[in-house]
Amino acid sequence: MSHAADHHDDHHHGPATLSDGFGKWAMRWISTTNHKDLGTLYLWFSFLMFFVGGAMALVIRAELFQPGMQFVDPEFFNQMTAMHALIMIFGAVMPGFVGLANWMIPMMIGCSDLALPRVNNWGFWILPFAFTILISTLFVPGGAPAAGWTMYPPLSLQTSNAFPMLIFAIHLMGISSITGAINVVVTILNMRAPGMTLLKMPLFVWTWLITAYLLIAVMPVLAGAVTMLLTDKYFATSFFSAAGGGDPVMFQHIFWFFGHPEVYILILPAFGIVSTIIPTFARKQLFGYDSMVYATASIAFLSFIVWAHHMFTAGMPIAAELFFMFSTMLIAVPTGVKVFNWVATMWRGSMTFETPMLFAIAFVFLFTIGGFSGLMLAIAPVDFQYHDTYFVVAHFHYVLVPGAIFAIMGGVYYWLPKWSGVMYNETAGKWHFWLTTIFVNVTFFPMHFSGLAGMPRRIPDYAVQFADFNMIASVGAFGFGFSQFIFLWIVIQACRRKGEAATARVWEGAHGLEWTVPSPAPYHTFETPPVVSDAEVTAVHDEPAHA
Amino acid sequence: MSRLMMGLVGMLAAPMALASKWNMPVGVTETSREVYDLHMLIFWICVVIGVGVFGVMFYSVFAHRKSKGAKPADFHESTTVEIIWTVIPFVILIAMAIPAAGTLMRMEDVSGSEMTVKITGYQWLWEYEYLDSDVHFYSRLAPSSDAARQLDSGIDPATVDNYLLEVDNRLVLPVDTKIRFLLTANDVLHAWWVPDLALKKDAVPGFVREIWTKIDEPGVYRGQCAELCGRDHGFMPIVVEALPKDEYEQWVASYGSESMTDAVVDAGTPAATAPTTGPGALYTDKESAVDSDDSEASAETSGETEVAQADASSKPAAADTASGDISKATLMADGEKVYAQNCAACHQPSGKGMEMANFPALIGSPIVTGDPATQIKQVLKGKAAMPPFAYLTDQQIASVVTYTRNSWGNDSGVVQPAAVKAQR
Repeated sequence: MSHAADHHDDHHHGPATLSDGFGKWAMRWISTTNHKDLGTLYLWFSFLMFFVGGAMALVIRAELFQPGMQFVDPEFFNQMTAMHALIMIFGAVMPGFVGLANWMIPMMIGCSDLALPRVNNWGFWILPFAFTILISTLFVPGGAPAAGWTMYPPLSLQTSNAFPMLIFAIHLMGISSITGAINVVVTILNMRAPGMTLLKMPLFVWTWLITAYLLIAVMPVLAGAVTMLLTDKYFATSFFSAAGGGDPVMFQHIFWFFGHPEVYILILPAFGIVSTIIPTFARKQLFGYDSMVYATASIAFLSFIVWAHHMFTAGMPIAAELFFMFSTMLIAVPTGVKVFNWVATMWRGSMTFETPMLFAIAFVFLFTIGGFSGLMLAIAPVDFQYHDTYFVVAHFHYVLVPGAIFAIMGGVYYWLPKWSGVMYNETAGKWHFWLTTIFVNVTFFPMHFSGLAGMPRRIPDYAVQFADFNMIASVGAFGFGFSQFIFLWIVIQACRRKGEAATARVWEGAHGLEWTVPSPAPYHTFETPPVVSDAEVTAVHDEPAHA
Repeated sequence: MSRLMMGLVGMLAAPMALASKWNMPVGVTETSREVYDLHMLIFWICVVIGVGVFGVMFYSVFAHRKSKGAKPADFHESTTVEIIWTVIPFVILIAMAIPAAGTLMRMEDVSGSEMTVKITGYQWLWEYEYLDSDVHFYSRLAPSSDAARQLDSGIDPATVDNYLLEVDNRLVLPVDTKIRFLLTANDVLHAWWVPDLALKKDAVPGFVREIWTKIDEPGVYRGQCAELCGRDHGFMPIVVEALPKDEYEQWVASYGSESMTDAVVDAGTPAATAPTTGPGALYTDKESAVDSDDSEASAETSGETEVAQADASSKPAAADTASGDISKATLMADGEKVYAQNCAACHQPSGKGMEMANFPALIGSPIVTGDPATQIKQVLKGKAAMPPFAYLTDQQIASVVTYTRNSWGNDSGVVQPAAVKAQR
């Protein structure tokens, strides 16, 4: 593979800015093959989808503010729940992590760009088209998909004109993810600077390498599942129809064979980010680097053999239920190792609490709460009571919002000075953190109670005994939503270069190759491989050669 | 907002008193108690681990901070510690898995059941068939809740008894009897869930799943559909009424002989819940439900009450003088209400359907504008995703068929109750 920088015709005069004219500026972003530009595009796209999906969540929470139907038709409510999930998962969290990977992986392993820069451009620019198609289903006759993001047949086969659009959009997202994942794998395995051995790589790079393999393994499975839905609806196949010899539950098996690794696709890069931030602000090496790598790999392996715990109530032989219960419980072991390692990293450190560290600590605390409810859900006989209730909604929002999204936010605060060259406004950052953290808990903690007390999920209206918890959750959701405008303002200020100039190192305790280049990072970095000094890798590895 | 504050205060002040609002019900079966115990066991394990881990973390956050002059230690691994915190969770998990596996195996053992009820899910109601007797009926959201849950109904749900958790015909079961349920669905996936019985299982079209229960205490136990099944997923509750064995026997015995039109529906007595498949059942129940609400709610639901009265008043005509034709205007007026109640969710008030393959438009539909016998048959028997509506009265079906044949530009003649009766 030829060197990426060879292809840049703007190599000598830098990227076009608005002052070069709108046309040139627009073409720069459309045609860019620069990993930093594409990282920026991914992150802005993710941010936009975060607001779009968030607006849908607020429609849901407005309707659920009190019992009775006040604002929307139940069918539209179902469209909101399905679209909120699809947009947040495929539009906000995944592109957010890909954006961070684009920006940071080459700078962390000391190479000039991703291995396949044009594929990288293509992978990003598929996404706006995919989501335009998906979101435009809201305006077609019959409305948007309303069968949940899981698209279980036969209900999903009742979707009208939106159906082929949904499936085409998912295919496009899958192509984007697979190209991105291949790029990450090829880059990490081939383009590390001399001396950057696998077990010296930053944890973020490790977790992304494993995530990329998961993506390559399961996105084609999703593509297959939705294609079977398509042929069932339009080409008279009967994969999922008992009348033709098929089985609706087979879809669930195929879907969750994709879906459970997908859950770890959404969280493993978060583990990597948190494992990077905590040692920096504890001014102490990551505890148990090797066991972190092995735990990540174990979680990835286990993710392939636990899928049917999403389907305990669907009906399975007892042996299968027992197997999936035991394998699911096993995940607690490597996940526990990770949490213990983070706590041990903080232990007897010298901690400061800038915004990235606050998000990382909140991640450890709140993600672990989501992990506990996950362990409870693993117990199959009890899962019969939890399944498809708000307890499950509370569980997966705890692992996805203060889990995945807090990690992305922490990562953005951590690396923003490196990207922009200016320090973000720390006071505003702390406000953003505290408001977000408080409102996340106000939103999602009461859902544990309403779920245990018997409130099913995906209902537009509820019995009056659930009214108090729902009202609190709705208040929290609006607070959470509006707090994000602080984040938007902070990021825009940084992009406008408003703020104190950042040093190359940015954080006192930061180690890693990305901190050896100036802030803001030049458009091209590491065109010749850097010398990987011990000081930059010991922060993550176990041979403390420095004094 | 004031209710929010009251809610907050109430929850903080009296968690014990409101245990059922905060936690899973203990339930009324041996299984549900085992499940509850497992739930509390795993919960307390999580609490203990959480207190330990978070205790260490927050101690560290407060004590090991740079502003207090903490100097970073340089340890970064310890094989011993790492083995300990891998093995201990593993042992805890095994201790947890053993009782869980035992409960799971007992839950799956349907052998030795004394009676069987077949449950079929429809969009959006439940059908119950008692396979050991002739009892067979449909169960759907109670009309009082149904009226209140319409968009901008103006009815405060707090004024409706058991809002969204009441049905027209309850599933009546005996206590102290091992009851097997056969679960299936007619259209899409549903899930039959009653928390007090710790029973939840998906109803899958084309397949039959088995579950069982043995209820210890007489009482009324409420649940809901738990698997997303379309527009009205939130509006197909389940109500189980458990009776002492002898009362249950009486109920079954009186079920067939009881004159359907005489069914007295009064929420207090077992007879009240007698499922009735005959004429008027739906609306008789509705009437009583409205009566039991406070006056504000009855005023709000006057539209529904009218239906009940119209139906009640015309019943003798339908029953006694089958030959006497009903005017088109009456049929159209009644039909519009029956349509709104039963048909509009799928076919839409506009008659345009939902442009989904399975919810066709009625405007210009060959079935609606063609031979009335075909349409009546389909209403009675159902077809594909459309459930059978045989539990409606002859006159209701005649009304709604007439209504669809003469609305939205359709002009295909009047159908009288006698024609429906002839096709039953």
